Amino acid sequence: MKTLVSSVIASLILVTTWVTANPVANEEYVNNGGLESLRGSSELSDTKQAELIKKPIQNDQVIDRNYVHQPPLIPHDIRGYQVDIKSNKCLSCHGWKFASQVGATKVSPTHFETADGLTLSDVAPRRYFCLQCHVPQADAPPLIANDFSAVEALSASGLSN
Amino acid sequence: MSKSSFVGLLKSLWQLFSKPARIATGALLGMGFIGGILFWGGFNWGMEATNTEEFCSGCHAPIVIEIQPTIHYTNRSGVRAICSDCHVPHAWTDKIVRKVQASKELVMHLLGTIDTPEKFEARRKHLAEREWHRLKENDSLECRNCHDFEFMDFTEQGVRAVNMHSTSLASGEKTCIDCHKGIAHSLPDMSGVEGWQ
Ligand code: HEC
Ligand code: HEC
Ligand code: HEC
Ligand code: HEC
Repeated sequence: MKTLVSSVIASLILVTTWVTANPVANEEYVNNGGLESLRGSSELSDTKQAELIKKPIQNDQVIDRNYVHQPPLIPHDIRGYQVDIKSNKCLSCHGWKFASQVGATKVSPTHFETADGLTLSDVAPRRYFCLQCHVPQADAPPLIANDFSAVEALSASGLSN
Repeated sequence: MSKSSFVGLLKSLWQLFSKPARIATGALLGMGFIGGILFWGGFNWGMEATNTEEFCSGCHAPIVIEIQPTIHYTNRSGVRAICSDCHVPHAWTDKIVRKVQASKELVMHLLGTIDTPEKFEARRKHLAEREWHRLKENDSLECRNCHDFEFMDFTEQGVRAVNMHSTSLASGEKTCIDCHKGIAHSLPDMSGVEGWQ
């Protein structure tokens, strides 16, 4: 029995010294050009698991604006909405013809103005591609905390449109 | 087999079938039955084979690619709608009617009405209008085969969806295709189509 115990201890010691002495065990400390970023660190030699795609916010609640002239954000899903030369899905609710009947916000009159200040009878070409200025939001908390706050006139009441 | 025994066999077979014996009627019925099964099976197989996406993609390849980013190709439920779900009626008689109508597509295929992207683009609005008209006439039957208004849970739907579904749809004033054009394909030029600007 004694010999058994001592031989087990001896072999344990042997194994641990071999492991700590072996350079392979220390490989993770070798600098292989990895990258440290806000999304954690990754080694050059391996492919990091991609982040999951964030879910769009789609509660249809108007999102407060942060500064005057900010294009309002889109509070709903727009998957598959086509906006091109052939059709404009946004205008089929937000166009003046349909907005009140659907209960959607009208596009503002500024959208009918050309760069020279002429008012056209329909949405001006420079304002036609809605998604150039208006974007949907994802439920993705910022990686760096942000203490920006809107000017008082916009933030205090919590009202906006 | 010698010639005489072959003739003998024919003779006895002839006697067997020429007499109005029970066996003759039985064989006839049996043959009719088996033939019927084969015909029916083959017919239904033909009906099924022409319902697959591979079949449609033979002539509508651009459309099959176009459908891939849409909700009816991948979605959270993992249920797919394929071409025939939306374009071929389920009821048997309607199905036959649509298939016969579709034989016209064969002629048009030979005429090459949509065999280049340019030709397809030019004819697309016309084709889309025919589909809208068909779905309007049958109260969007093909959509309703999967989406039954009776079982829509408004508490699960988005605000915009509830507002529309509980009013215009519920009252029967509008049907799915009035509001959901382009749900599976890119749209043609929509100027002049009701509800679009
Ligand atoms: C032999 C080639 C061919 C096959 C296979 C085919 N189509 Fe077509 N399809 C055509 C052509 C050509 C047209 C255009 C007809 C025209 O120009 O009037 C067409 C038009 C259509 C239209 C437009 C609506 C209409 O009334 O014309 C739909 C919808 C359609 N096809 C669906 C399908 C589906 C679904 C399948 C598979 C079950 C399918 N097609 C298989 C050739 C084909
Ligand atoms: C979810 C239902 C749905 C599915 C699935 C579907 N379609 Fe359609 N299809 C429509 C509707 C609705 C139209 C009418 C035009 C529109 O609203 O986009 C249409 C129009 C068409 C047209 C006329 C031309 C056009 O683009 O408008 C063709 C051709 C066609 N579909 C073929 C196909 C083929 C081929 C498939 C399978 C890859 C398919 N469709 C799958 C609903 C569907
Ligand atoms: C084969 C069954 C089937 C048919 C036929 C069908 N759908 Fe769907 N539809 C589905 C499934 C499955 C989903 C996705 C459900 C989910 O996971 O949210 C869906 C989703 C939708 C959505 C939700 C879109 C979104 O972005 O959330 C709309 C709108 C829709 N279908 C309209 C239609 C219309 C209009 C038709 C008829 C032209 C039709 N469907 C025909 C099965 C079908
Ligand atoms: C009066 C217009 C209208 C009619 C009619 C209509 N819908 Fe909708 N539907 C909408 C709107 C608006 C939405 C939300 C925005 C979107 O998905 O584009 C919606 C959303 C949906 C959704 C997604 C649910 C969600 O929570 O967003 C499904 C599925 C759907 N519709 C199916 C149907 C079916 C099936 C029919 C016919 C039985 C139908 N709709 C008829 C306007 C309509």
